[in-house]
Amino acid sequence: MNNYILMRDEFVLLGIILLLLVAEIMLIGKNRKIVAGIATGMFMVHTVIGFFPLPEGVLFGGSYRTTHLLHNMKNIMNVGVVILLLQTWTWAREEWSGRGRMSEFYLLIFSTLLGMYYMVSSGDFLMFFLGLELASLPIGGLAAYDLSKMRSAEAGAKFILMAGLASAISLFGISMIYGITGSLYFSEVAQNFHLSGLGTIGLLFFISGLAFKISLVPFHFWTPDVYEGAPVPVTSYLSVISKAAAIFALAIVLFLIGREFVSIWKPAIYWMAVLTMTVGNLFALRQKNMKRFLAFSSVAQAGFILLGILSFDQMGMAAVVYFAAIYIFSNLATFGVVQVISLKTGKENMDDYNGLYRTNPKLSLVMLLGLFSLAGIPPVAGFFGKFFLFMSAAAHGYYWLVIIAVINVTISLYYYLLVVRAMFLRKSDTPIEPFQAEMPVKIGLALTVVGILALGLYSPFYDFILNLSTNI
Amino acid sequence: MGDFTYTIWIFVLPVAAFLITGLFGSRMPAKISGWIGTASISVVFLLALRTAYQYFFQVGFVDGKRPTIFAYKEVWMKFSDTLTFDMGILIDPISVMMLVVVATVSFMVHIYSIGYMKGDPGYYRFFAFLSLFSVAMLGLVVATNIFQIYFFWELVGLSSYLLIGFYYEKPSAVAAAKKAFIVTRFADLGFLIGILLLSYYAGTFDFMTLVSEDGPLLAQAAPPVFMGLSVFGIALSLIFIGGAGKSAMFPLHIWLPDAMEGPTPVSALIHAATMVVAGVYLVARLFPAYHGVDGGAVLHLVAWTGAISSLFAAIIAMTQDDIKRVLAFSTMSQIGYMMLALGVSGMEGHDGLGYMASMFHLFTHAMFKALLFLGAGSVIHAVHSNLMSKMGGLHKYMKITSWTFLIACLAISGIPPFSGFFSKDEILVAAFEKDKVLWAIEYIVAGITAFYMFRIYFGIFWGKKREYHHAPHESPLVMTVPLIILAGLTMVIGWALPFGDLMMPDRAAYHGHIEWSLAIPSILIGAVGIVTAYIFYFKETNLPDRVSGAFGQWYVWAKDKFYFDEIYQFFAHKIMFAGVAAPVAWFDRHIVDGFYNGLAWLTETFSYLLEGWQSGRVRQYAFTFVAGLLVILFAVLYLNGFMDFKG
Repeated sequence: MNNYILMRDEFVLLGIILLLLVAEIMLIGKNRKIVAGIATGMFMVHTVIGFFPLPEGVLFGGSYRTTHLLHNMKNIMNVGVVILLLQTWTWAREEWSGRGRMSEFYLLIFSTLLGMYYMVSSGDFLMFFLGLELASLPIGGLAAYDLSKMRSAEAGAKFILMAGLASAISLFGISMIYGITGSLYFSEVAQNFHLSGLGTIGLLFFISGLAFKISLVPFHFWTPDVYEGAPVPVTSYLSVISKAAAIFALAIVLFLIGREFVSIWKPAIYWMAVLTMTVGNLFALRQKNMKRFLAFSSVAQAGFILLGILSFDQMGMAAVVYFAAIYIFSNLATFGVVQVISLKTGKENMDDYNGLYRTNPKLSLVMLLGLFSLAGIPPVAGFFGKFFLFMSAAAHGYYWLVIIAVINVTISLYYYLLVVRAMFLRKSDTPIEPFQAEMPVKIGLALTVVGILALGLYSPFYDFILNLSTNI
Repeated sequence: MGDFTYTIWIFVLPVAAFLITGLFGSRMPAKISGWIGTASISVVFLLALRTAYQYFFQVGFVDGKRPTIFAYKEVWMKFSDTLTFDMGILIDPISVMMLVVVATVSFMVHIYSIGYMKGDPGYYRFFAFLSLFSVAMLGLVVATNIFQIYFFWELVGLSSYLLIGFYYEKPSAVAAAKKAFIVTRFADLGFLIGILLLSYYAGTFDFMTLVSEDGPLLAQAAPPVFMGLSVFGIALSLIFIGGAGKSAMFPLHIWLPDAMEGPTPVSALIHAATMVVAGVYLVARLFPAYHGVDGGAVLHLVAWTGAISSLFAAIIAMTQDDIKRVLAFSTMSQIGYMMLALGVSGMEGHDGLGYMASMFHLFTHAMFKALLFLGAGSVIHAVHSNLMSKMGGLHKYMKITSWTFLIACLAISGIPPFSGFFSKDEILVAAFEKDKVLWAIEYIVAGITAFYMFRIYFGIFWGKKREYHHAPHESPLVMTVPLIILAGLTMVIGWALPFGDLMMPDRAAYHGHIEWSLAIPSILIGAVGIVTAYIFYFKETNLPDRVSGAFGQWYVWAKDKFYFDEIYQFFAHKIMFAGVAAPVAWFDRHIVDGFYNGLAWLTETFSYLLEGWQSGRVRQYAFTFVAGLLVILFAVLYLNGFMDFKG
């Protein structure tokens, strides 16, 4: 007996997608601007519904599974998407009105989100792969959204090409795992898998597909090009929601199938963590374009999260989820500011931010908070997020990794301060003019501030996540 | 035990002041924000005094020892079932003493800044940052556990960064702020890893558990793992590195002289009296652990770091022309004394003299060094320059500044009855009883200290008269009153406070006395330093001309002090300065600084090299993707012994 209520969130999101399609048709020839309001409003309702409790359980013989932790991962992503939608309000409404492309953006975003839900909730490789594909393909469309710009089209093409490669390799890995174990279900794979050369290849090939989505080094090369070329809201979505979802998925799948085979994936994750933190940081040091800068910074951040995945227990899982939530808020704060400035003035370079504090003090304070959180400076949330990750890694004896991570935090401090310096300490002859953002955008930015402060200072959040992490 | 719940106001008030001045400062008259900050800190000051009175004199001894009281201790975050992050207020001798130091100096600096910063466009911003710093520093000193101290430690670093870079229009100030932040963060790397080690192996962050005799550190005999140190020894060494960074110990000191780019009141508060002694405080806080783990091996590191830093800094201080830099190096040198005193201390009874002396010196030094900085600020305010070569003969223009500055100079030179004499004497006694070499180093440093301090005193207030654009004048009352108060404190706290009774490491009562057999030689070497400085720098040039006419050649000789000066100058400048001090300063500037610059350069170069890799060509990306995957794959296969592919 399948209890379909377990899939409530997926059904609701699917309903929203269908309703949007209908609305698109019904509004032909009319003012389509209201689509933005409809989509954002419906998604907010969906987010609120998401917070109603759900039972734990499985569907379709174990293909789909949900626990309180998985359910709340989706809630975290939902909150991130709500903030993102608010921040993109102006862009989505004004930029594309009159060009007949109102609902596309929302349709694509919601489709990928649906894919991510299934990635997180999958109980077998088939469901997982479908989720992965559903999450990836619309992103190609999103990256190429700005058809009039070469760079945007290039970003879309690059993403599709690389995503295709990653999916192929991942699928290849899955087929080998199937060959060894004779099953696609995570639970059966975990029982029948045995250490072997073939199994190693299968598991690592499979992981590389997710590593691509999280932009772990050396699978990260597409990141800066796509991030820079894509419109800012898409970049923001890619680097925040999409990445967080892939991290959740990686943590869950490794937890479900990798328990007995840590000798295969732990060295791989270990070295990817070292490389990702270091390479991400070294690249970020030199960037002058804010989008590229944040792209590399987010590469480095993903490296830190791997520390929690390595420790592979309740604490590690809690640290990963907690850090991911903080990461979502912090990055949405920085991207939100970059986005609104880019939209209002077209400026995207770090030098353009000189003297921002004097003309737009509130905006630069939001940015400051986001950067401090990414850099891990107390008392904002990022400090605790990193501290927990380091603690869980240290508790499992990964001292060298923690040392490398802490050195990287120090390096990252340097480049985050570059932006702070530009905004607060530098003067400019042509500063960004003071401007007022629209109310939804302001709310979107304000919510990130609330999130950054609350996650750090209001401790029950972490307790909540820690308790959830008992059952993954 | 007494009720200490009111201590919560010590935080609430500055937080409120910070929020009000920070958020609404731009919308209110500048003056108001200054008064809000000052009013809040004045209440904090009174509360700190009340806490001290209640703790030391009303609670007093419980079973012959001074108790540890938790005014607050709340679980803030639970990391696991056994490990929690707490926040709270710990009341014990050293935390109460630090509360008094921070509150007193912060209060004085607030008042002083009302005058000093007057008319500055960033007036409200300055007071907001000052409140933020006060909160962070107060939170640091009352920490109940090592996590809390680390939390506020970073916050203190952040507010220090903001204040050093306060004059953001000066590129040098911005660079200095960044340098201070990053160098101390570099040191905090050690601190953080030390904490992680401790938390894992000891299973707790709590100070009381960490230092208790049957706690995990002192009761378990952990086996040595590296260079004869156990894992706890390593953790404590790493934590000490963090402390050495904040306290500007060699070779992590390079940020301190540059930090003088900040406004002078900030230098007085943060870089003389409070933040820079946080490292000393940290070691003192964990002192029983430092003393007990691995037979006190880490304490040797502490002692020698202190000794080397104090000598190194004292030598460099002789060569500096910028008055604030002299004071910065002098701070580093005096903190070296404190570290050394901790390093030579034992636990019980008379053995614990070093610990007590260190805390005592921390206390007296905070007062007279703040006084020196504020006095220097008063002078800078008057002549608009930091350079001593631009000053001279100021005594007659600025009587109050001159007299108070003299008192502070006498105190730091160890001349009785000023406070520095008493605390330095105890340190020298403690060092003498433990290690004669360390004592000898500090003895020499005492002489050098007296010399360079009076070099600036004579150089600024006496010496040759300068032409000033407009006649310098004494600073306004709001600036001189803090000077007078601090000078008064400097004159009395040395002999009036029974420090031995207040804070021995074993918390028992101890009645110290002055060891005259060691005190007299140290007074003498201080006097030698002062007299030498007098001969060099106290030049009266206003002798009537007719005297010279009457005595002819004899006068010329006499005026030139029989060329004594020249001989001295030759000896001092050619041999001492050029031969010893200048190379040390050069070493500092080029080798130590150069090392850090080299690290930065290395990082940048790597970053350049990597850039070519990010070519934009998908072909190459795909290739790297597959190649990277294969490298990882083969490495893992190798690690698992599957390279023969037999499955």
